[in-house]
Amino acid sequence: MDDVRVIEVKQSVFADNDRKADELRARLREQGTFLLNLMSSPGSGKTTTLRRTVEVLRGEMAIAVMEADIDSDVDARTMAETGVRAIQLHTGGMCHLDAYMTEQGLEGLLAEGGGEPIDLAILENVGNLVCPAEFDTGASANAMILSVPEGDDKPLKYPLMFSICDVVLINKIDALPVFDAFSMERVRENILMRNPNATIIPISAKTGEGVDAWADWLRTRIAEWKIA
Amino acid sequence: MHELGIVFHIIRSVESVAEQNGLRSVSSVTLELGEVSGIIPSYLTDCWNWACSKNDLMRGAELAIEEIPAVTFCEVCGETYGTVEHGRTCPHCGSERTYLLQGNETTIKEIATPDEGPDGGGGADDVRADARACARANRAPAPSESADAAPVC
Repeated sequence: MDDVRVIEVKQSVFADNDRKADELRARLREQGTFLLNLMSSPGSGKTTTLRRTVEVLRGEMAIAVMEADIDSDVDARTMAETGVRAIQLHTGGMCHLDAYMTEQGLEGLLAEGGGEPIDLAILENVGNLVCPAEFDTGASANAMILSVPEGDDKPLKYPLMFSICDVVLINKIDALPVFDAFSMERVRENILMRNPNATIIPISAKTGEGVDAWADWLRTRIAEWKIA
Repeated sequence: MHELGIVFHIIRSVESVAEQNGLRSVSSVTLELGEVSGIIPSYLTDCWNWACSKNDLMRGAELAIEEIPAVTFCEVCGETYGTVEHGRTCPHCGSERTYLLQGNETTIKEIATPDEGPDGGGGADDVRADARACARANRAPAPSESADAAPVC
């Protein structure tokens, strides 16, 4: 029985995930939930930025946070202290979240809140500038944080990540006097070369500078999401 | 970096094709992988062997990889060149106004099954000798005996 039958498939290896992501996005739109996929390298200040963001917005909307990491629950605990719904997802060793894992996380968040609707769900993706860019999570928008100490050349080194983000936060601008090789002009040029449509917002999660502009961006996008 | 996740998605796609076609087993899956797709064939094969050993439909299935060379086109001088050698800058005229023509592919091309076709024949029309030859030429190395833990990217 050496004969084999060959079935032509001709679909991307990402097609299965993309289908799931589109399905999830449609469901979130119906539920009026805006899902933000937040990505960055480890240590760029995702959790601190989220704490700031939650402080500004939690009086206006229901916010819930999913923390994805390979191990530990330190981030989920930090976020829970701010009073928002937070759960920790473990990726089982994987370096990114996909749409299936995100769906499970969202179900977990809804269950945690007894089914109470969520206006803004935030997925804090695994700290990594490579793999998370390749897997659509079903998010309404992709955001990333690039912190000043990482250097202004990162858009050149990780082009895919910068090209898929709707908004790039440049964090730790309070450290600019120390990291004086970092040029705000050059980082803008490098980001816009990869993604001419990216919104760039300089912030300091430590001092709070720029956080209002970031919160405004979110307000606008959430309002548009709920109308459409 | 992300090969295990990719393997899970390939297996899910294969499962759905298998269900549509009533297949009980899969003997090989052929992928077209671009040279700059960012997927490393040897890592993918390690993850593949591990994941397939845990799945009834996929057990023993070979992964055949057809690599597609990366070629970039220069908008200024109209020449093409090898992307891996020269990157984004055209070696003919030095311009950076270039784009990738091919080499980013990540496609599941086809699936081979030892099962008989729906007509009961497993007929010659369905069998493509070239695909079989290719699957054999690209045969994955034997999985390491001790590799029971999931490979991490």
